[in-house]
Amino acid sequence: MTLLFKIALRNILRNQRRSLMTGSAVGAGALAMLLFGGFAAYIFAGLETGNVQQLGHLTVFRNGYFLFGGGNPAAYGIDRYQEAINLIRSDPTLAPMINVITPTQSLTGIAGNFSAGVDASKTFLGIGLIPSDRDRMRQWDAFGIGAGRSADARLSDQDETLGLVGFGLARILGLCAPLRLSDCPPAPSTSPDEAATASSGVNQEVVGLAAAEGLGQSDGKPGLPQIALLSATAGGAPNVVNLTVSGAERQGAKELDDNYVVMNLALAQQLVYGRGEHKVTGIVIQLHRSQDMAAARTRLIALFKQHALDLDVRDFKELAPFYGQVVALFSGIFLFIALVMGVIVLFAVINTMTMNVMERTNEIGTVRAMGVRRGGVRMQFILEGAAIGAAGATLGTVLALVIARLVNGAGIQWVPPGNSSAVPLHLDVFGSPALVIGAWAGLVLVATVAALVPANRAAKLSVVDALRHV
Amino acid sequence: MPPNPPPRTQGSAVALRHVAKTYRTGTVEVAALKDISVDIPFHRFSMVIGASGSGKTTLLNLIGCIDAPSSGEVAVCGEDVGKLRDNALSDFRARNIGFIFQSFSLVPVLSAYENVEYPLLLVGTPAAERRERTQVMLEAVGLSGQAKQRPNELSGGQKQRVAIARALVKRPQIVLADEPTANLDSATGLAIIELMRRVQAESRTTFIFATHDPQLISHADEIFAIRDGMVIEHRGEDHRAALGIGAAQ
Repeated sequence: MTLLFKIALRNILRNQRRSLMTGSAVGAGALAMLLFGGFAAYIFAGLETGNVQQLGHLTVFRNGYFLFGGGNPAAYGIDRYQEAINLIRSDPTLAPMINVITPTQSLTGIAGNFSAGVDASKTFLGIGLIPSDRDRMRQWDAFGIGAGRSADARLSDQDETLGLVGFGLARILGLCAPLRLSDCPPAPSTSPDEAATASSGVNQEVVGLAAAEGLGQSDGKPGLPQIALLSATAGGAPNVVNLTVSGAERQGAKELDDNYVVMNLALAQQLVYGRGEHKVTGIVIQLHRSQDMAAARTRLIALFKQHALDLDVRDFKELAPFYGQVVALFSGIFLFIALVMGVIVLFAVINTMTMNVMERTNEIGTVRAMGVRRGGVRMQFILEGAAIGAAGATLGTVLALVIARLVNGAGIQWVPPGNSSAVPLHLDVFGSPALVIGAWAGLVLVATVAALVPANRAAKLSVVDALRHV
Repeated sequence: MPPNPPPRTQGSAVALRHVAKTYRTGTVEVAALKDISVDIPFHRFSMVIGASGSGKTTLLNLIGCIDAPSSGEVAVCGEDVGKLRDNALSDFRARNIGFIFQSFSLVPVLSAYENVEYPLLLVGTPAAERRERTQVMLEAVGLSGQAKQRPNELSGGQKQRVAIARALVKRPQIVLADEPTANLDSATGLAIIELMRRVQAESRTTFIFATHDPQLISHADEIFAIRDGMVIEHRGEDHRAALGIGAAQ
């Protein structure tokens, strides 16, 4: 075998230009696969981090909420949710896995701003949460991509009236100026007739309800605008609360951006349940590691069954199908690139090895006459193909690592899909050993398989014909 | 692979019985050998002589087990090689037969030393013995100073010396040489002939040549003259006078 390796390596060096061209094709394949793979790995990590920061890994709902709760979240409230949280938190299997466990309340309704001459309303999609838990969730950065965020002072456990809105909703409700938002045009002025029409509709109802509930526009914090949120309670009665808007956040999708409201859980519960029992629509669980997700889910289901709780568990991939779509898209592109590169490498190696076999036909005849078996000849050329593949793939891998380091250090910014702001471009080649090993081994395998065809041809040559070959 | 057997002292090195070889080129059949039955003895410097196209090389190929007859039986060192499958034939060649080719046919990426060592690797000779035998063989052919040189750094004569060393290093029963002096000038050719004669005498290996080089033929112990695929004459010790070649030069 040592002799075979020696002959293989020396023949590769002997045909330097040809070996270099073929090795370069393999190297280019490795480079393309690793750079794109590193980019995709970074996207996956970024997307997962964003989702886990916002949605947690798992969310516990009442059975049926996931499929039907969107129409009436209040009807699917989890009662005695604190007991359920305590049960989960005290479970010896789950406890070490959990980073944050926190209740949330989803709600829908109408948001209106009638301050300072503005007369605007808009349906909203809201979430009530515990701000300190939200802050802890936003620090999750298990992939080490520097995505952990600092505490958001705009929300507070102590001040239940504070909340955030989507950038689009802020624009629609005329909050650009009070919130001092840049790139946020004021709403066009409406004619007196249009204003009267609008005022006579939903807005008047919201204003009327707010007045009836004793909510005044003067209750807000100095310098911060207030909006009124109208929703139906679990019992079906209309209810309204005031929300002091402490900021606006861009959301990745316009539809969400135009509807998004974040508020304190207590305020959301007050709006949805009024003076009745305060429930929540979900219990969000953020784990320390994503790898524990399946185990945690299995354990939760067992726990709920054991305690006869009418609860269901969903993971963030189900709650945010966009994540799966992006993963599928990038995986598909990666597969396509890998296939194209694989085909290029396949034909490049077949071509090179076929030429090698032709040029060395007499040598094949000689060694066969000396007593080398057909299998020995076959192995000789397979080894050469594999060695060219290994050299090219190694070169490509080294180049990819160097380029990745340069790109990562260059501070290039870009806006990922679904993101609202630019983030540093990062090629996660170093952090993906499976990708590096897989791409390298895959290309070497393709080169080896490609060498099989000419190697078989060499092995099947008649000794006499090979010796006659000039 | 078992170690090389000791040199045989009885029987024929090669026994051919009614051997014929026909090549087919398209629809045309060409008879290269016709009903040949000969015995080539051990430990002799035997020559198959004849004009180009007479069937010398075909005969050598059959003896060397790198080609199969269309009919008839070929026994080499007492082994009916027609019954051996491909791998067994390869192993048989590796153990028993050394080849010297007209065009030297050295492995170009291996040094002279490595080329000579190659056959020993094929028969699984232990490393220490391999080193010793390779060095001894290179010294025997006068190339111990060129051991590290690759074939493209050697002259024609030196290449053929390496080829001779390669053929002999495994101590085969038979060495087959097809026109070994054809690509050499007469002085170098003579030196190569004398070298082969010397190592043959020392090792008592059976040499079988295919040649029409009178210089080489003059050294033959046995001559098998072949024409149109048939052995037309076999002469032993008295061949030189009979062929009018004269004494060894």
